[in-house]
Amino acid sequence: MSTDKKNGSSCSRRTVLKSGAALGAASAMPMFYTRDAWAAKDFRNNPGNASSVTIGFNVPQSGAYADEGADELRAFKLAVKHLNGEGDGGMMQTMKPMNLTGNGILGKKVEFVTGDTQTKSDAARASAKRMIEKDRVIMFSGGSSSGVAVAVQGLAQEMGVIFMAGLTHSNDTTGKDKRRYGFRHFFNAYMSGAALGPVLESEYGTNRRAYHLTADYTWGWTQEESIKNTTEALGWETAKTVRTPVGAGDFSQYITPVLNSGADVLILNHYGKDMINSLTQAIQFGLRDKNVNGKDFQIIVPLFSRLMAQGAGENIKGILGTTNWNWALQDAGSQAFVKAFGQEYGFPPSQAAHTCYVQTLLYANACEMAGTFYPPEVIKQLEGFKFDGMGNGPTEYRAEDHQCFKDVLVVKGNQNPSSQFDLLEIVQEVPRAQVEYDAKIFGGELGPYEV
Amino acid sequence: MDTIFLQVLNGLDKGGAYALIALGLTLVFGTLGVVNFAHGAIFMLGAFCAVSFNQLLTMSKKVKDESITFFEAFKEQPYLEIWFGDTGTMIIDYSVPISLVLAVPVMLVIGLVMERGLIRHFYKRSHAEQILFTFGMAIVLQEIIKSIFGANPIPAPAPDIVSGSAAIGAAIGLGDSVVYPWWRLIYLAFAAIVIGAVFAFLKLTTFGMVVRAGIHDKETVGLLGINIERRFTIIFGLAAVVSGLAGVMYAPILPPDYHLGMDFLVLSFVVVVVGGMGSLEGAVAAGFLLGILQSFASMNEIKSILPGIDQIIIYLVAVVILLVRPRGLMGKKGVMED
Repeated sequence: MSTDKKNGSSCSRRTVLKSGAALGAASAMPMFYTRDAWAAKDFRNNPGNASSVTIGFNVPQSGAYADEGADELRAFKLAVKHLNGEGDGGMMQTMKPMNLTGNGILGKKVEFVTGDTQTKSDAARASAKRMIEKDRVIMFSGGSSSGVAVAVQGLAQEMGVIFMAGLTHSNDTTGKDKRRYGFRHFFNAYMSGAALGPVLESEYGTNRRAYHLTADYTWGWTQEESIKNTTEALGWETAKTVRTPVGAGDFSQYITPVLNSGADVLILNHYGKDMINSLTQAIQFGLRDKNVNGKDFQIIVPLFSRLMAQGAGENIKGILGTTNWNWALQDAGSQAFVKAFGQEYGFPPSQAAHTCYVQTLLYANACEMAGTFYPPEVIKQLEGFKFDGMGNGPTEYRAEDHQCFKDVLVVKGNQNPSSQFDLLEIVQEVPRAQVEYDAKIFGGELGPYEV
Repeated sequence: MDTIFLQVLNGLDKGGAYALIALGLTLVFGTLGVVNFAHGAIFMLGAFCAVSFNQLLTMSKKVKDESITFFEAFKEQPYLEIWFGDTGTMIIDYSVPISLVLAVPVMLVIGLVMERGLIRHFYKRSHAEQILFTFGMAIVLQEIIKSIFGANPIPAPAPDIVSGSAAIGAAIGLGDSVVYPWWRLIYLAFAAIVIGAVFAFLKLTTFGMVVRAGIHDKETVGLLGINIERRFTIIFGLAAVVSGLAGVMYAPILPPDYHLGMDFLVLSFVVVVVGGMGSLEGAVAAGFLLGILQSFASMNEIKSILPGIDQIIIYLVAVVILLVRPRGLMGKKGVMED
């Protein structure tokens, strides 16, 4: 035994204990530091010890979607106010689970900068780049155009700054063009089709001929495809699909051929001012007074908003469509938001405002949960995050494609509005299960966490 | 047949706007020899006359909206409605036609100030300098409008009574499905009347005769003791009124924004060049011709053969016409060939 000890060729009990302790300490070390592992890493626009953080709101302040942009900006400003502990807190009173305390984000006061996307992808990218490089934003958000969202989402991935998309409805945003650094709370064209289908069947039957006028960019294309798939599955025939330039203004030359096309339904895959103009002109050309194939001619606007309804006035009455959210919803979250927004601005928020407000709060909450602004950690908190109390019932940010899933509203232009804002009547709150789909159907790759 | 008829109407409608702007451009070029790139901005200012007048008539008092209970909401009630009831509502409804009357002196003053204050200093400069100056002026004007009215289009609706469509198919023996918006028909008639009035003014009045003589030989007319410069200034004012009125009437068709003038300017210059520089008849004919061609190019049957043709047809036709007839359809020898 002693010989063995002297040679040191075998392990003593003490050696085993020492080794075990060393091994234990070594294996425990990463556990001490995992939570703060990001602290050692620097990342773009790391606020460090600064007392405030800046976020960027990149919205259309001109162009076909400017009305939505203006309302988005109002909502962003309100969200910042609530995050900084001012006002009544809005949805911070109803959101569950909620880590926000009204003390900014991670104790830092929230400041913001704004930009004008001009509803153009190149201008939006330039504006976002300026925010990231010059204003050093930690996150940026905004819309309203899927072309813009896809373009700036790509930039977000390249530059490693999270983009919380505002109003974007194209399947591509969280489909073939999805990005790890991009998140969408808004619903999409597929969900509009899935929600609208059964209502169209019950209202207009299964024997119809539809004519599509479609905004010629990613959103229009995917909405046309989704609605066409839905209506053809119902047994409807597609008479024609015609692409129109965004911001065309005068749609008369596109509407005239509808008159003698044999179609008895016109589907307007337009949004914002384009939709206001095309719908108004379709009505001026007497389409809704027509009787074709023994049926009353119908117009459908698959993506509706109250702002558009306001712009289109009387023309919107009785027209079916879908919407992400409506101020008339009675859940506590919606009511808290409408109250806060109404008190601030004197009118209720639009769906664009709602999604932007929610996105800002969700990002802030994810930072609090992660305990850091380090984007990969924040992304991990948002992926698969389940929450409630933000309108539309229980909601989930699906990890596979960063698409939120929640109830969708089928609405109709109100025939007898009770107030100047009561323009859309909720026909059906379509449950989330009816609009869910497999993330694989639209393809795409999220890309890496670390960039 | 029905579709072709409707596309012709669409084309005439659009062509009416092109022709009215091109007519003003040609008048200015023919008399003063100035290539006025600010002419589109004058069309836009006309449209904003309609918007301004509509906003003036709808100046409102904020009234609490009792139907909204969980926040304080207000709705706007125009003073005209408060003071005059239904009569006030009717005046607001007719704001666009009424603003036609308002636009005449406003556009005349704008035209005269523009010519006397700025453009006359560039008569002896080269065409390139004139173009640079007037283009700069157009940008300044549109930026002023943008700063006052914002970047977004502002609707100026037509009166309710003409907001629907006319069953013209039934009236002329085509199918019942052939309907056309009343206001667009009114615009077409308006364009025809204004064009007719300008030609009548130039051909049937002594003033017009002197102007025409001045266009042909300015020096000789001057030697007769006629102040031809003054008459040319008035013609500039007249051209501004014609374009301004075209803008007022176009406002219910397309809600105007600050960029409206630029959108029409490029097309109108193509119209002038295709019609032939300096030819009033050419400008009008080319305006309607290109409007109709653009409308037909938007037909599905055409686009299925030539996708995107509706976006380039006007320029394509211009290239072809200039290759075949370098002076344009009715251009005269010696005009802008120095």
